[in-house]
Amino acid sequence: MKFCVCIKQVPDVQSTVQTGRMVLNAYDASAVEEALVINSDSTDEIDLILVGPASATETIRKALAMGANNAFHLVVEESSQLDSFAVAHLLAGFLKGRTYDVILTGKQAQDSDAGLVGGMLAELLKLPFATNAVGMTALAGGLQVKRQGDTGQEILILPIPCLVTCSNDMNNPRIPSLKGIMGAKRTTIATETGTPGNNRTQVSRVFPPAARVPGIKLSGEPGELVAQLLSKLQSEAGVL
Amino acid sequence: MSSILVVLSVQDGRIKRSSLEGLSRAVFVSKKLQWDVSVAIFHGDAPSFVEEAGQYGAKTAYCVSNPIFNSHLNTPWITGLSKVIELAKPRLVVVASTESTKDILGAVAIRSQAAVLSDVATFDVATFDVAGDIVVCERPIMAAKMMAATQSKEPLVIVSLRSGSYEAVKTTETSAEINIVAVPFDFDSGTLTATLKEIVRSTGETVDLSEAKIVVAAGRGVKDAAGKALIDELASITGAAVGASRAVVESGLFPATAQIGQTGKVVSPELYFAVGISGAIQHVAGMSNSRVIVAINKDADAPIFDVATYGLVGDCFKILPILNAELKKILS
Ligand SMILES: Cc1cc2nc3c(=O)[nH]c(=O)nc-3n(C[C@H](O)[C@H](O)[C@H](O)COP(=O)(O)OP(=O)(O)OC[C@H]3O[C@@H](n4cnc5c(N)ncnc54)[C@H](O)[C@@H]3O)c2cc1C
Ligand SMILES: Nc1ncnc2c1ncn2[C@@H]1O[C@H](COP(=O)(O)O)[C@@H](O)[C@H]1O
Repeated sequence: MKFCVCIKQVPDVQSTVQTGRMVLNAYDASAVEEALVINSDSTDEIDLILVGPASATETIRKALAMGANNAFHLVVEESSQLDSFAVAHLLAGFLKGRTYDVILTGKQAQDSDAGLVGGMLAELLKLPFATNAVGMTALAGGLQVKRQGDTGQEILILPIPCLVTCSNDMNNPRIPSLKGIMGAKRTTIATETGTPGNNRTQVSRVFPPAARVPGIKLSGEPGELVAQLLSKLQSEAGVL
Repeated sequence: MSSILVVLSVQDGRIKRSSLEGLSRAVFVSKKLQWDVSVAIFHGDAPSFVEEAGQYGAKTAYCVSNPIFNSHLNTPWITGLSKVIELAKPRLVVVASTESTKDILGAVAIRSQAAVLSDVATFDVATFDVAGDIVVCERPIMAAKMMAATQSKEPLVIVSLRSGSYEAVKTTETSAEINIVAVPFDFDSGTLTATLKEIVRSTGETVDLSEAKIVVAAGRGVKDAAGKALIDELASITGAAVGASRAVVESGLFPATAQIGQTGKVVSPELYFAVGISGAIQHVAGMSNSRVIVAINKDADAPIFDVATYGLVGDCFKILPILNAELKKILS
């Protein structure tokens, strides 16, 4: 099956200080991994598409090093703040003229936590889709997708072509091998200039969340700990 | 007159509390603007939920009755919601942020030419003489490490609201009749592009996690079946829902529906027990709005203690049996 995986470069949310370190969105890494696993017996290629500034090439190479074959980079200005709608439009414009069996995105970007591009893109391309996938199997002419729903797992059959958004609970993305890293360095990344349309939402301010009231740490023997906790919960917190 | 349309999510035969929280907030916002509030109900028996919607202040109910909505499939939901939006012509659409609504928001936004503000913690409408109405919200970003004040001037905006952001309150007004609009919906199953094969429900779930007043959550420190039994016992004594970190969902000890965090669910109970959970940023993203947090961890430096109201440094296998026994005495 011919796959195209949409990947995003995001700031590393794990780092405690603002290091400015940029990484491949974890959910997109799972999407790349899933495409590699499903396609392991196929000669079909896996393409990557990223919308981002020129400096995002580093992230494309990381995903190539995992084993994807080709990459496209829609280059936008370093300063452009695209919302999910603007990104979905750029991706749709790029994907419209091409044929893929399956388009994969992450279920959300780790920085925006929006979770919108996948559904928007599917609707723009008029493709059937499933979101928040935690499992995927190839069928003749289709895909079986297991998605994490509100009360359990929903098992769906999608015809091809289709789009799926991937959870990181789907798999554990591989660490690129040295051979993969060397190969990725030699791969030509096809670049085009992306001309973004309008955003439909604007971020006006980013600020830290209200700090929690500092708590207290109790120590002692288990019995003492429990006694202290219960008295605090009853008298101070009033929750029991 | 402009209006706010609130989509009521029904789960296990009940309107989800998070939908009623959204409805209450919509009623509050609409009062100062003198707007109308309507609700949309998608269910095999939609009219049976109208009375409750009225008690929370809805003036009109769009009822889309079709059994297809009793289980979640995105194609009919997208068609149905887009149709109601076309009929009701709201300025703002409010939905509770659930896995089912997250599944359709992007597609509905494209079909209805709407802006979406997803997974918001607050929302409001700011009115200006010149610029008109602007929908404003605050949404957690970067695994809830930061908040982003975000806005949209589009003529149609959809917001999805995190559970526990507002109180669900019944109106005190002796309300006039609620106006019911039956929306015809014949879904041609031939147009179903995704076919639902089955729903695998996790067993033993007694309390809905996203709405629970008390959550007992387990992490890798809970280790095994014996640890899980202690967690289940604590949950049953306190009437709590059971939650879990990604580590113990991955190991298969707890069901995926129990996962709390950036990938999993967002909860905001009155009381949250984090047992054997280290407090990774992606886990804290889903529980830091809990009112009281009790952490039990044998590592005194575990980051979970930074958000805990009461931190118990110790072995959960030693603490839980005593806690359970003492709680049984108090609560029985
Ligand atoms: C994109 C992304 C999304 C993610 N989403 C989620 C999510 O939604 N939810 C989530 O939970 N994680 C999520 N994670 C994973 C997260 O980063 C952590 O790996 C995970 O939360 C760790 O789970 P844990 O705290 O149970 O395990 P650990 O980090 O291994 O912590 C175990 C803790 O148990 C303590 N312990 C051990 N034995 C005992 C004992 N006998 N008594 C008391 N304490 C003990 C240890 O001191 C330790 O602190 C995500 C990660 C990524 C990259
Ligand atoms: N700039 C981008 N380039 C390519 N794909 C993207 C970009 N932004 C978002 N995506 C894809 O859309 C998914 C969801 O993004 P979001 O709607 O922003 O949460 C991501 O996991 C990616 O797969």
